[in-house]
Formats: sequence, structure tokens, C-alpha cells
Amino acid sequence: MADTAITVEGARKRYGEKKALDGLDLHVSRGTVHGVLGPNGAGKTTLVRILSTLVRPDAGRIGVAGHDVVTEAREVRFRIGLLGQHAALDEELDGRQNLEMFGRLYHLGARHARVRADELLSRFGLADTGRKPVRTYSGGMRRRLDLAASLITDPEVLFLDEPTTGLDPRGRAEVWASVRSLVGGGTTVLLTTQYLEEADQLADRVSVVDRGRVVADGTPEELKSRLGGDRIDVVVRDAGRLDAVAALMRAGSAGVSADVSANVLADVSVDADRRLLSAPVTDRMAALARVVRALEEAGIEAEDVALRRPTLDEVFLHLTDRDDRTKEAAA
Amino acid sequence: MTAYVLSDCWTMTRRELAHWARQPVRLLVGLVFPVMILLMFGYLIGGGRGVPGDYVDYLVPGIFALTMAFGLEGTMIAVTQDLNKGVVDRFRSMPMADGAVLVGRSAADMLQSAIGLAVLLAVAAALGWRAHGSAGGFLGAVGLLLLFRFAMLWIGIHLALVAGKPETVQAVQILVWPVGFLSNAFAASESMPGWLGAVVQWNPMSHTATAVRDLFGGPGGEPGHVWAAVAWPLALLAVFFPLAVRRFARLSR
Repeated sequence: MADTAITVEGARKRYGEKKALDGLDLHVSRGTVHGVLGPNGAGKTTLVRILSTLVRPDAGRIGVAGHDVVTEAREVRFRIGLLGQHAALDEELDGRQNLEMFGRLYHLGARHARVRADELLSRFGLADTGRKPVRTYSGGMRRRLDLAASLITDPEVLFLDEPTTGLDPRGRAEVWASVRSLVGGGTTVLLTTQYLEEADQLADRVSVVDRGRVVADGTPEELKSRLGGDRIDVVVRDAGRLDAVAALMRAGSAGVSADVSANVLADVSVDADRRLLSAPVTDRMAALARVVRALEEAGIEAEDVALRRPTLDEVFLHLTDRDDRTKEAAA
Repeated sequence: MTAYVLSDCWTMTRRELAHWARQPVRLLVGLVFPVMILLMFGYLIGGGRGVPGDYVDYLVPGIFALTMAFGLEGTMIAVTQDLNKGVVDRFRSMPMADGAVLVGRSAADMLQSAIGLAVLLAVAAALGWRAHGSAGGFLGAVGLLLLFRFAMLWIGIHLALVAGKPETVQAVQILVWPVGFLSNAFAASESMPGWLGAVVQWNPMSHTATAVRDLFGGPGGEPGHVWAAVAWPLALLAVFFPLAVRRFARLSR
């Protein structure tokens, strides 16, 4: 298992009645970025806290960088870096004081800790922050310093728990750039996120987590194709006709000879604001031809009809909102 | 390994000292508060029931002991504030010695208490209070007070770890007051109703106050209490030190 940096088998963790992790399995190859994608309360943070030795699992076999997180926690701690959801920094101290303190706690020695702090401050564009305490930093600066602190020892495995939550687009771009630059160095990164775009941008593989389990696993491309491949989007001119088109696409309708349902799946989503209908299709060209013909026959004007690949958003909703979807189907 | 434990503890102590340098006002307020109590009880409320000898002579060692007991509040607040910050997560995910965060806290608090005691001694001397015992007795008294503070400190750390949230700490904090005042700091236990006098005599803080009065050679001292003033804090430490370290290592939210 020399090429596996993180092994999770049957991880369980319960908080009172709530099962935060319910038999979660995960394998992450060395030197890759692995995205853990899921809604709030899916168990992402519990997973990261167990992997970083902060929380003990109730059951399961969990290894990080070749060591067991429960029985060899100290060995694990020498090999990991953690960027949690909230800045893990001393707010009263300045950036350099923080990094030097953490460096000394990794037993770098006073001089090496100072040199390393300077290196990291300039690498993350924080060299000119002077003696200002961290609590005066902007959100983006704080995150960068937090990331710098988790990289003091060049960890084998880095955990990023929703690293861009609460950041503005610029702060997010800064963090993304930093994460990308790490991967070249051979660090294994486990990244949790609610943003599909983030997983799509950064991760080599993605595990979709819901209610403490992995519900799907694969490359972003594989996950997208799992939703039945292509989709058709229709933008109608008159918002009043949205329902008519939705009905047409779901089941065809009387007086229209083109049988749309042969190629368009009944799973139609409607976005009223954009006058947009979207549905998965089985055969690209046949579906396009039938939809266009059906609209023509029904006398509905379309502004746009287009085929496209599904977004990761749609995959995500498809995999995690099973309850809502069954309700919708029943209605 | 042992060297790392020491260096981790020192690093964490330095962190607390750096906080002082950042916020000197906070330290100053902590030093002024016991002086206020001394002045308030010495001159404003004053009197003291059934107190042998001069009241200020009786009161001053009591205030010393009370200040050491009230130190518990400061410790609790500092620990809870720290725990509710993300930085503790980083500490706990690092290969540092288990108790280092707590040792840093206790070293800084002990230093603050020692400075506080020095300030109080100076103020008391300015008010005309004198220690009449030997130099050895004086050092012994200071030692007993700091030992008592050390025990209070680890009780405070443990209570803060158990309470967890600042709101709960406030509730626990209120209990410090009756414990501080149900002692012989301000009045002699003989002057109180029988049951109350018994509670007051039993209070570990009363033992420390009585022993310190004896060592300073002032009124209200009884020689037999030095052993109790050593034994009580050591017994409390034997219980709360391991509990606190264990609790911190097992912390998980």
C-alpha cells in the first residue's frame, strides 16, 4: 500500500443520536488531490478531524501516511498539515510570531524556525505585514497565513477543510493558486468543499459524501458522465409557455407527432428566471431533432436549444438529494 | 523526548508572555484588582468581627490568600477563551507534548500571581503593615501562598475544560466568590455561628491564611496549620493535575 496516503475503512463516529460517519470508506493515492464533496452536515469535517487526530473514531481502520490515527497519532502528527474551517492561528500575535511558534513546536530549533517563517511569509505574500496582530488581517491574508502554518514541515499529507468558505472571489483564487502550487511538490491533499467548481478545478478524484457515507467516487469527468451523459437545454421566449414545454418534454402531448420521450428523460428541471428547461437525453442528435420538431408543431418559440455535458452541480444534486427527488417524482 | 517536553512548555509560556506584551493593560488590571479589594476591606468596610489585634494586620494575609483563590477565575477565563479559538486545533494536530499548552498557561499565571503578590506586599507595606516573623518565615509564607495558587490554577484549568463554553464558565465563576468569602480572610471563624465557623475552618483557604498569619508573626496565626496549608494544595493537585491533562488530551468536539 506504499502508494496510498490515506486509507479509511468502515469509519464510524456518532455524536449522541446523530451518525456523523456511517461506515465511510476512502482511499487516496500519494501525490494526488482528492476532493470530498458534500452538503452541510454530510460528515466532511468529522472525517478531517479524525484524519488529523483531533477526534477519535468509534470504529474503523484509519491510516494516514502509513500510520494509524488512533494508535500512532504522534507519528501521524509529524506528517500532516491541517487547514481547518476556522483560522487556527493565535490572533493576538503577528504572522511571524505565529509561524515561529509553530516551527518551534515542530522542533525545528529557534534559528531554523525563524528562517522557515521568513520563507513562508514571503512565499505567501505576507512579508510586509510587520508587527500587526493577526486579528487585524483580512480574511484572505488570514487563510494564507493559516495555509503557511500548515506547511511548516512540508507535510506528506495536507488536509484542507472547506478552505475557501467565507472568502471573496479574490481570496478564493489566491487559495486555489496556492493549492495548485503544492501539488507539484508531491504533497497529497485531501480537500473538502461544498463548491463543485472547487472540486472540479483542483481535484484529481472526487468522493461525494452524504450522511456519513461515500455515495459516489471517481474523477470529475467520470462523475459527470454517470448522470447519463448529455443534456438538452431549451430557452423559451415566453415564460408563460414554460409549463407547456415542460409537459411536452416529459411526456409528449396530444397533437404533436414527434415523440420527444423516446430520447428525452422525464427528469426535466425548470429555471423560471432564465426561462430555461433542462433534461438528460439518451441520443444527442435524435433528441435535438425531436425537441425542435415538437416545439415547432406546438407553436412554441424557442430562443435557444442546445446540447451540453452536465455540470458537476447536477451530478451533486442527483447523488445527494435523493429524498427531494423522490418527493418531486411522486408529486 | 524529555528535552522536547521542556522546550514545548517553554514555547507555550513564551506565547503567554507575548500576549502580555501585546496587551499590557489586561495584565495591569489583573494587578490592580486585589489592591482594590485590600483598600476596600481595610478602610471602607473594615471592622472585622472577633479579630484579634489590629484589623489591617489580620486582613492583609487574608487578602493575600483571597487573591490566590480568585486567580482561579482568570485561569478559567483564559483557558476557555483559548479552547474556543481555532489555534488549539492546530496545537492538538501537532506532535507537541500533551500538557504543554496547559503548562504554558500555568507558568504564565504563576508568574502573574507572583508579580501580583509582590505588588500587594508593597501596597500593604505602604499602609503600615509589617511582617514580624523571620526571613525564613516570610519566604515560607510566600511559598505557601503560591502553592495554594498553583492548586487553584489546576482546579481552574480542569473546571474550564469541563465547562467548555464561556457561558458555563460564568456560572462556575460565581461559585468562586462564596468559597473565597466563606473563609477566615476577613473575620475570625470563632466569631461566626457554630456551623458556619466549622465550614470556614474546613476551607483549605482558611488553613493557608492562618498558616501565613503565623509565619508573618501577625495576629490570628496558629502554628499547627502549616502542614494543612501544605497538604491541602498537594492533595488538590494530585487530583486535578492528572484530570486536567487527561481531559485536554481527550478533548474532542
